[in-house]
Amino acid sequence: MTPTAIVMMAVAILTLWGGLIAGIVNLAKHPEEEGTEPMPPVEL
Amino acid sequence: MTAPVNKSTPRESFGSRNVFILSAIGSAVGLGNIWRFPYVAYEGGGGAFLIPYLCALLTAGIPLLFFDYAIGHRHRGSAPLAFRRMHRAAEPLGWWQVLICVVISVYYAVIIAWSAMYTWFSAQLTWGKGNENDFFFVDFLQMGDVSEGGISTEFVPQVGVPLIAVWLVVIVIMALGVKRGIGAANMVLMPLLTLMFVVLVVQSLFLPGALDGLNAFFTPDWQALADPAVWAAAYGHIFFSLSVAFGIMVTYSSYLKRKTDLTGSGLVVAFANSSFEILAGIGVFAALGFMAAAQGTEVAGVATSGIGLAFIAFPTIVSNAAGGSIIGVLFFGALVFAGVTSLISVLEVIVAALQDKLGWSRIATTLVVSVPLAMISLALFSTTTALAVLDTADAFVNAFGIMAVAFVTVIVVAWVLHKLPALQSHLNKRSSFTVGLLWRSLVGVLAPVVLGYLLLTELISKIAAPYGDYPGWFLWVFGWGMVIVLIVSGVLLSLLPWSEKSRATQDPEYDEFLELEGHRSQGATEARQATEERVSK
Repeated sequence: MTPTAIVMMAVAILTLWGGLIAGIVNLAKHPEEEGTEPMPPVEL
Repeated sequence: MTAPVNKSTPRESFGSRNVFILSAIGSAVGLGNIWRFPYVAYEGGGGAFLIPYLCALLTAGIPLLFFDYAIGHRHRGSAPLAFRRMHRAAEPLGWWQVLICVVISVYYAVIIAWSAMYTWFSAQLTWGKGNENDFFFVDFLQMGDVSEGGISTEFVPQVGVPLIAVWLVVIVIMALGVKRGIGAANMVLMPLLTLMFVVLVVQSLFLPGALDGLNAFFTPDWQALADPAVWAAAYGHIFFSLSVAFGIMVTYSSYLKRKTDLTGSGLVVAFANSSFEILAGIGVFAALGFMAAAQGTEVAGVATSGIGLAFIAFPTIVSNAAGGSIIGVLFFGALVFAGVTSLISVLEVIVAALQDKLGWSRIATTLVVSVPLAMISLALFSTTTALAVLDTADAFVNAFGIMAVAFVTVIVVAWVLHKLPALQSHLNKRSSFTVGLLWRSLVGVLAPVVLGYLLLTELISKIAAPYGDYPGWFLWVFGWGMVIVLIVSGVLLSLLPWSEKSRATQDPEYDEFLELEGHRSQGATEARQATEERVSK
């Protein structure tokens, strides 16, 4: 692989997978509120 | 069969935010991520394509994803009910989206059936080395010519039998409901799909020539950035890839709890989808690099997409690679899992819409929707002319179905109904990532401009030359005729009255939601309920 291709691969992976990790960390910092909803029906 | 939903029965919901996120990722990650993105990126400048792709993701994909989430979650209904609750006149948009899903579901299922058969064939190299092309078109599909014999009714058992099996599996998942069916299926299939694809990528990277494939995939062609077609390809791909604007995300987000972080969840879904696409690009081009090396040619000579990549190029790689059967089983198994999780999301748009409209139970509605769809799917796609019908329906429903409905929806919601400020407020009330004027501009201005350009380009190209050189009558039935019927039927369905048992006429949970949100006073709700009771008596 050429150095340019390696750099572009690294940039693509870091940007998109980094975005995913940042999104997951953000969600983890804002946990879901429990017990605010009625339970869904067991049988429909 | 048509047992009504109890009026006090709460609306179904995903068990938790994580189940919703996995289900939304399962919907977004489909066949296109694996067999379309790598080639679109390669053709669009390789490594340089990352720039238009990221721009499209950030300025159109994610804003439209938030737009869909806001509509579904704010109005807590299937696509037709959500748009009806937004404004009575907007209901046809929802039915148009439902009918697009009807078309997609009937042909999407057959690709899953082909992939399932090829998973089995890969284990035994059934096609025979060097015979991959003929095996697919002649032996497997028994492909006929629509120009000569018209639409065939000749049953092809090796396609029809797995197609029946695919429909049985998805019908069971759908009948089990949102939490126990769709949610549970995604909780199992998505981790499995990711694991299988990671193993596939690692194995592909060790094949001889793999690095040449990656070199071809990531080497940037900066001049491609000056080509408007490359930017259009990036935006077009993002629209299809994220499953936005055809009812899926509206329906899924309506099953979320009231206090859910909508934008935070959306960011995870969007970046997970794109992360999978990059992974797919690495795996596919590593394998194509091996194929090029084995044939003594350049990667450009073997690079392809879609059905050609999956059912001709990959079997060739499987035939020639050491441990090829494992690669084949992982690749086609991944297509099956990615396809099933996307198909159930498409079907849910239809099931939820009819359940809302008719007030029927989950199982009854699932059967009433899925069994006729399975019959149509079998009638059209288990015959010798399946590929021509699939190719045409897919091309036209993508261009003049999904893209057209997306264009009309953003115009109507942003410029006719002026609902973007209300949707923005709904998102910001419960989300960790707030949106503002920029989001409204991207959805209200950039999205219609880009969608309008893409739509116009498609219209010109399909009018200029008959698509795929198919006969005129064939294109009128399965192409132009089909997309016109979708629009007309959408309007007609919106004129049919909603059942008294439906949530459109009585939904205490939604009334309570509106009161809690401050959109309606308790007195107004009681007056509405009293009027409905008088009408029903």
